[in-house]
Amino acid sequence: MIGLLGAPLAWLLVVYVGSLALLVVSAFFSLDELSGRVTTDPTLDNVAEAFGESAYWSLVARSVGVAAAVTVACLALALPSAYYVSRLARPWAKRGLIVAMLLPLWAGYLVKAFGLRAIFEPGSEVGGGGLLRALVGWSPGFGYAAVIATLAYLWYPYMLLSVYAGFERLPESLLDASADLGAGSLRTFRSVVMPMLVPSIAAGSIFTFSLSLGDYITVKIVGGTAQLIGNIIERALLAPNQPLAAAFTIWPIGIMIAYLSVMGRLGAFENL
Amino acid sequence: MNKRVRTILAVVSGVALLGACGGDDGGDAMSELGDGEGQVNLVAWAGYVEDGSTDPAVDWVSDFEAATGCEVNVKIGNSSDEMVELMRSGEYDAVSASGDATLRLIAAGDVAPVNLDLIPNYADVFEGLKDKPWNTVDGTPYGVPHGRGANLLVYNTEAGAAPSSIVDMFSPESPYAGKISVYDAPIYIADAAIYLMATQPELGITNPYALDQTQFDAAIAALEAQKPIVGQYWALYTDQQAALEAGSVTLGTTWQVIVNLAKGNGAKIDATLHSEGATGWSDTWMISSKAKHPNCAYMWLDHIISPQANAGVAEWFGEAPSNAKSCALTANPDHCTLFHAEDEDYFSNVYYWTTPTKECLDGRTDVECVPFSEWVNAWNKLRA
Repeated sequence: MIGLLGAPLAWLLVVYVGSLALLVVSAFFSLDELSGRVTTDPTLDNVAEAFGESAYWSLVARSVGVAAAVTVACLALALPSAYYVSRLARPWAKRGLIVAMLLPLWAGYLVKAFGLRAIFEPGSEVGGGGLLRALVGWSPGFGYAAVIATLAYLWYPYMLLSVYAGFERLPESLLDASADLGAGSLRTFRSVVMPMLVPSIAAGSIFTFSLSLGDYITVKIVGGTAQLIGNIIERALLAPNQPLAAAFTIWPIGIMIAYLSVMGRLGAFENL
Repeated sequence: MNKRVRTILAVVSGVALLGACGGDDGGDAMSELGDGEGQVNLVAWAGYVEDGSTDPAVDWVSDFEAATGCEVNVKIGNSSDEMVELMRSGEYDAVSASGDATLRLIAAGDVAPVNLDLIPNYADVFEGLKDKPWNTVDGTPYGVPHGRGANLLVYNTEAGAAPSSIVDMFSPESPYAGKISVYDAPIYIADAAIYLMATQPELGITNPYALDQTQFDAAIAALEAQKPIVGQYWALYTDQQAALEAGSVTLGTTWQVIVNLAKGNGAKIDATLHSEGATGWSDTWMISSKAKHPNCAYMWLDHIISPQANAGVAEWFGEAPSNAKSCALTANPDHCTLFHAEDEDYFSNVYYWTTPTKECLDGRTDVECVPFSEWVNAWNKLRA
């Protein structure tokens, strides 16, 4: 067993943990004033910049808010559709429905993001505008609403798969027992189904939350003037100020560690 | 003028000092041109290296490839900062660097001195562009001048009368409020400084790249106040092009090449120079100190400043050529007049992109100026 695990484990340690450690260490490097090159002179300036400025605190709060909103939107979409496919659909329809819902995964990320861009394009009094404007005469335009909608569309399949697996594991007998004891369908859902689904939802939310928190490309495509933590990291990296970019990444690293530990308590990892 | 000379001296001696201390200059210039290596990798501004794939009539790469056997690969740099980053990777042979990149590249040893004897077309370059602080350090040339121009004001011709003032870009009462397109790079802070030179002369700004803390804070405040009326911050030139075509922005800072591309797709736009003086660029082709194809890179430098190619790029990008003989070869015979190729007075009103340093570039010695690293931080914060 150990022999089989050895190579992947070494890979994980060196490439994943090692590069993360290097990243964090480089946050304490400084830039040469004149040439702008990275030097290994230790400094706290970058970390102070990334953590000491209120502008970045609100940026991080906004990023977490967007990631949370995307997760909630994915869940709201995935719960009924997964329930329908798992419990109500005829067996022959099941497979087709699952494939249909996962189909977007087979198209490229950029293709989908630009597709939504074409939908949200705001246009102006001079003309132009996207599908929404053409159909209903109104579009939220580019901004946080478009970012949340696009990310929810992108990551929905991950939540769906996880919740669907949860429904599949739910023993029919428990639902029958609940009905025999006189519970209506809403009560059964609240008291029997939901508690058993929590680990699946937690597992799905890890995907939707972490992928949203790290995203910066969707923001560039449909975000208009909106900016999330990923954009600021990219911006610092291209400045080029690699140490400052590294300091900013401590934010999402910390947030994800906290998020994973909470989701772990909810049983997300027993369910993967 | 005296101030300017002192500035130049200060910057030059600073760079020279670093070179002396670190021994980190780009090595020696090449002494003799060999055979081409079969390809050359360039980092360039959009529109600087065209092989006919954008517009079949716009092509000064194919004849170069045929004549030298050097296949041209180009990577578009969207900002000076990105170009510096790309050149540090060591994967590229040459770069079209603006003044806010050249000194950083030279100081870090990313680019090598050039041997001008190997670039015969250099003889025809306008004297006004030779031996400038952004292309020559301590008498050592680090590249050849590409051309120069000013950042323009683009506007939608159906959205009202032509704007003429930078105030329309900043004022909350701007008729274009909400539809304004701003260049998303730290160097744009200089545009805010030009706005302040026009509207708050009491701040005493004389050079938009030499801002002391008070002036700098005022510029940032102007940019904060501008935020609510901005419809788009563009980092990729294609983003602004798309927004102009869709009509979602109706006023913005732009380059002529974007206007050409958007107009080609039917956008109802035009571009003008605002009356207050503008930021601009004077670009330099430089060769990487780690170039894997140095011979092809030298051939490219000579080609891009040759009369025909330089006329082509100047006209397509919308700038003044660097080669004096190019003026006779442009499709529009008035191009050099329109873009003030020989008009040094005009360019004295254009503030070329340059890297702000602690030592004030306007020659003031009683205050410290805000260095570029803090421009970057302030811009990040503004955009966060």
